[in-house]
Amino acid sequence: MTLTADTSRLSEKAGSDSQPLLELNNVEVVFNDVILVLRGMSLQARRGEITALLGANGAGKSTTLKAIAGLLKTEDGEITRGTVSYDGADVTRTPPDKKVRDGIFLVMEGRGIVQDMTIRDNLRLGAFSRPGADIEAEIAEVYRFFPRLKERHGLAGYLSGGEQQMLAIGRAMMAKPRLIMMDEPSMGLSPLLVKEVFGIIRRLNEELGITILLVEQNANMALKVADYGYIIENGKIVLDGAGSELVENEDVKEFYLGGGERRSFRNVKSFRRRKRWL
Amino acid sequence: MNTSLLIQLLVNGVIVGMLYGIVAMCFVLIYKSTQVVNFAQGEFVVLGAWVCLALVVNMGLPFWLAFLFSLVFMMVFGILVQVVLLRPLLGEPVISVIMATIGLSIFMQATMNWIFGNNAVRFPQVFDRGTVEIAGLNVETAYLMSFVLSLVVMGLFFWFFQYSRWGLAMRATAYNQQIAQSLGISVGRVFAMAWAISAVVSGIAGVVIGLVSAVSNSLAIIGIKVFPAVIVGGLDSIVGAIIGGLTIGILENLAEFVDGQYLHIGNMYSVAPFYVLLIILMIKPYGLLGTPDIERV
Repeated sequence: MTLTADTSRLSEKAGSDSQPLLELNNVEVVFNDVILVLRGMSLQARRGEITALLGANGAGKSTTLKAIAGLLKTEDGEITRGTVSYDGADVTRTPPDKKVRDGIFLVMEGRGIVQDMTIRDNLRLGAFSRPGADIEAEIAEVYRFFPRLKERHGLAGYLSGGEQQMLAIGRAMMAKPRLIMMDEPSMGLSPLLVKEVFGIIRRLNEELGITILLVEQNANMALKVADYGYIIENGKIVLDGAGSELVENEDVKEFYLGGGERRSFRNVKSFRRRKRWL
Repeated sequence: MNTSLLIQLLVNGVIVGMLYGIVAMCFVLIYKSTQVVNFAQGEFVVLGAWVCLALVVNMGLPFWLAFLFSLVFMMVFGILVQVVLLRPLLGEPVISVIMATIGLSIFMQATMNWIFGNNAVRFPQVFDRGTVEIAGLNVETAYLMSFVLSLVVMGLFFWFFQYSRWGLAMRATAYNQQIAQSLGISVGRVFAMAWAISAVVSGIAGVVIGLVSAVSNSLAIIGIKVFPAVIVGGLDSIVGAIIGGLTIGILENLAEFVDGQYLHIGNMYSVAPFYVLLIILMIKPYGLLGTPDIERV
């Protein structure tokens, strides 16, 4: 813990024993004072890695990301227990604007594009947390990643779904974050575009060294790019492991990847019992 | 038909309409970025005028200095209203918030009555009260100044929302608060800023109206008159607010003309805008120029 300053000076991609960039410890989130959505979430996102968070609808994936970003208040939610620490510091109750300035950026589900603004204005908004930044140069950099955006004019709302997703990622780049959290980047995209988006995610990670926490329904794609994966069920992590390990895991195959051999109900039950409860 | 009177009234309509437009803009700014319907809008206008007048008459400050001070005062006042009155109401039902602003309006009326009295007071002569002849029309200098100032304020608004960092942030907040927060925008600050800007610009409008006519508490009626303008413009459009303001200003004066020349009913001037408001609400309940949502097909 005392070595925080030193480790941060090293390259972001450090050994697995170094302190993770983001760590959730037993986080509990309650909505409207009664609805318990996260029941003790614990996970880590290691520096310079892609971490995937998988799970079914309503398992609490988006809530986890919003809890980390500090965006629960607008939905009347609250972290009631546990801690979120980022880069060694407790950020559980840090206001969201401060978190963005510190380098945590959430690309929201459904992309969170401001539809009645132009592409450029959306990109400029991305750099809001960094006054005095050379916005022109950075927009050019985003266009280098997404040449397609440069050719489009007019309001962001008229972009196709894939272009909107690229704009959302480009906007995240403008904030120069250290950690990008993405909520279902593949949502509503054609298989070809999904591939393209995941390629971009990998480039962000490799070329820019950004740590990525990825929430996905498309478990297959996510585990392919992810260094490490968590599986969430009912607001808790039930299984975790390296991406390549999880792809091979029988439970994951059965419940999230589809395929695998059909097993009898009794066997499935035995798998359920085998699950880990953190 | 009395053409020169008609043209004179139309010019008046445009000038008054610009002022309506500016006050409507303040109203829309608050509604759009904080979802609060500010029923105390008219009182904000009057307060700015009173403060400026008090600084000139009682403290003996030169007009421009007093003007500047009253704007600073309005800014602080706007932020205070947001932080003290409205921030605790965040997330409460719309009706509670409306009640709060109506309460604020009554409170401000009473307080201003108490401090500044109930009579209309004229500004000491600041500008030459003469008239300028433009293209054969006699326009009072005060009116001309009001027109120019309105244009400047509109220009500043445009610049602020198109090009400044906080203007963009304000638009993003108006679009979706959660998205704005996820971009690192402090929504609380945006709210305070919206109220500050709205109060300052209302103050400008108040001083201008005070200069053109006189300052009195009944000027707060402009807060009500702005409703037709805002509805015409569609509650959430700033350009719409200006167009709405102009429409109402011109309409008032046209009504005056028709009434004065032909109908002789009397008082059409103040009633006509509200007829229009009712008709528009019957035909297009969301206003004429509200921003349509973008839908991809």
